[in-house]
Amino acid sequence: MTAFLQNCFAGLSLGSTYALVALGFVVIYKSTGVINFAQGGLLALGAYLGFTFSNNLAVAFGVAVLLSLVSAAVVGATFERIVLRRMVGQPPFAVIMITIGLLFVLEPLITAIWGFDQKQVNNPWNIRTIEVGSLVLGVRDLWTIGLTALAVAAFFVFFRFSSLGLAMRVTAFDPEAALAQGISARRVYAVSWAIAAALAALAGILMAAGPGGLSPSIGFIALAAFPAMILGGMDSPGGAVLGGLIIGLAEALTRGYQDELFSWAGDNVSVIIPYLLMILILLIRPYGLLGTKEVRRV
Amino acid sequence: MGAHRNLTRSYADELRLFGTPAAKVGLGLLVAVFLLLPTVVHDDFWLSVLIYVGITAVGAIGLNLLTGYCGQISLGHAFFIGSGAYVAAQVGGALELPLPVWLLGAALAGAVLGGLVGPFTLRLRGHYLAIVTLGLVFIGEHLWRNLTPITGGNSGTAVQASPAIGPVDFDGLTLLGESYSRNQGWFWLVWGLVAIVALLAKNLVRTRPGRALQAVRDRDQAAEVIGVRAGRYKIGAFMLSSAIASAAGALFGSYQQFVSPDEWNLLLSIQYIAIVIVGGLGTIFGSVLGAVFVGALPALIDRYSDAIPGVRTSVGGDGFISVFALNQALFGVLIVLFLVLEPRGLAGIWLRVKTYFKTWPFSY
Repeated sequence: MTAFLQNCFAGLSLGSTYALVALGFVVIYKSTGVINFAQGGLLALGAYLGFTFSNNLAVAFGVAVLLSLVSAAVVGATFERIVLRRMVGQPPFAVIMITIGLLFVLEPLITAIWGFDQKQVNNPWNIRTIEVGSLVLGVRDLWTIGLTALAVAAFFVFFRFSSLGLAMRVTAFDPEAALAQGISARRVYAVSWAIAAALAALAGILMAAGPGGLSPSIGFIALAAFPAMILGGMDSPGGAVLGGLIIGLAEALTRGYQDELFSWAGDNVSVIIPYLLMILILLIRPYGLLGTKEVRRV
Repeated sequence: MGAHRNLTRSYADELRLFGTPAAKVGLGLLVAVFLLLPTVVHDDFWLSVLIYVGITAVGAIGLNLLTGYCGQISLGHAFFIGSGAYVAAQVGGALELPLPVWLLGAALAGAVLGGLVGPFTLRLRGHYLAIVTLGLVFIGEHLWRNLTPITGGNSGTAVQASPAIGPVDFDGLTLLGESYSRNQGWFWLVWGLVAIVALLAKNLVRTRPGRALQAVRDRDQAAEVIGVRAGRYKIGAFMLSSAIASAAGALFGSYQQFVSPDEWNLLLSIQYIAIVIVGGLGTIFGSVLGAVFVGALPALIDRYSDAIPGVRTSVGGDGFISVFALNQALFGVLIVLFLVLEPRGLAGIWLRVKTYFKTWPFSY
């Protein structure tokens, strides 16, 4: 039982980072209809910026996090302004490939600036743990879950109650009607990219603050957040969070029970569990758990 | 009524494979280059670059049929390429069967695998499909690392598929008393196959199934309404594309004689997509152009990395960016630039140049 709960806790912490990234995907997809493959690059960029602020410039960790969120948001909005805006109205294939292209430019840039070697981020939590009953909980994991909950709550409040959030929802629903009502679609698109980049950066820096440290492969986690987004439904922010948590739990539990239950399936089955789970769900519900069912009319 | 230099006078003219006299001259030149090039160029480096380019061109034609003509996004091309290489290792290497058998065996295996994945294309469209095929790359990588008896696991496996058709062994060709090196033989083999695959693909897309594919790409529901069985064509395109990819993988494995799971990663898939985009979506000729352009780039950068400023040639050496990273960044830049500035790719540029001369002096 303890082992099970321990695995669940690890899963929630991992799932939180997936949820943050997946929420970023959904924000961009919902308002602009684009799937952003460059999210992994933005995640890595955010983590490395956080490292630079925290280690090289010796800023307090909290401030470093905020600074890296803001800078990642600026980069995200810049991408939208320079590249994606030219692609409005192009087929999905072209736009997906543009974001993949951006990812492939961003990744080598990051390694060129920061190198391939493992980095340790100065953070206030280190590997401290607290014990609750027989459970050993990492302080970093608790902060990851807490900060994710905070960020998600802040996003939903913003999305639900602010006028910009309303503008985003309207633009997502019907861009032309939104334009006719005087809503600036450009601003909505830029804000969506900024929010997504900031969410990714938060996920990145929380990952990097962990015992694993920071290396260029950190952007990989964004690829595992794709299944989370698909699982929840591409146009549902709530679904993204739910999907992230489910994927995180499934991955951590598989890893925990690898030797007992999954040894027949080879090493590291947990890495492909998100994709298997996603395919399974898609066969049953092709629009995800909470996604809008696509209506096809002739 | 014979074909005219720049005037289409009947429907049959439109359907012609090599309609104009200029195209016929061009074809003759290509054949001449194909036959003579290995006897002129003996350098193993250049020949091997051209061989890799040819193998890539085969795979790219397959992807273009799926993505360019049928409009289905696939990030899973690397999976099919990899499976082809392992089929070659088993059928050509372990069972010691000749080239036609392992090549067709790989194509068949690819078609079966594609047929298994194909049904997803019926339920999933656009973005969803892209991500499912992305999953395919990762699931495939897991399989290749764990199916040790077939793939050799992480340490890879030797591919001893011999490129021999009957008495003609392309590994050590002897023609008219003249013997040729392995690379020269492979050049003829690979580019001959490129020609065959390109011809088959070209014939496919200009006839009924090809038009159906394009109708499905442009609007699948409308295609269905006018009587195209969209589902059947989508699965068919998937099977055909993965069969061609598998054949390319088999050639790749057999030429390289050794493969490991690290090769079939997302980067390979992206490289193929970059080729199709840079060459021109929905043109067979473009796939070959793109393969020449994008496929040769990494080898050239690798060879001349000393001469490019800021590139680090060894681990821990001086320089701003490693060769690998530079290649990756170039793929990214090429994809972005072509999609934004020249969505029709190199084939589009070629077409414009051709039109300019055709309509000269009324060049606008």
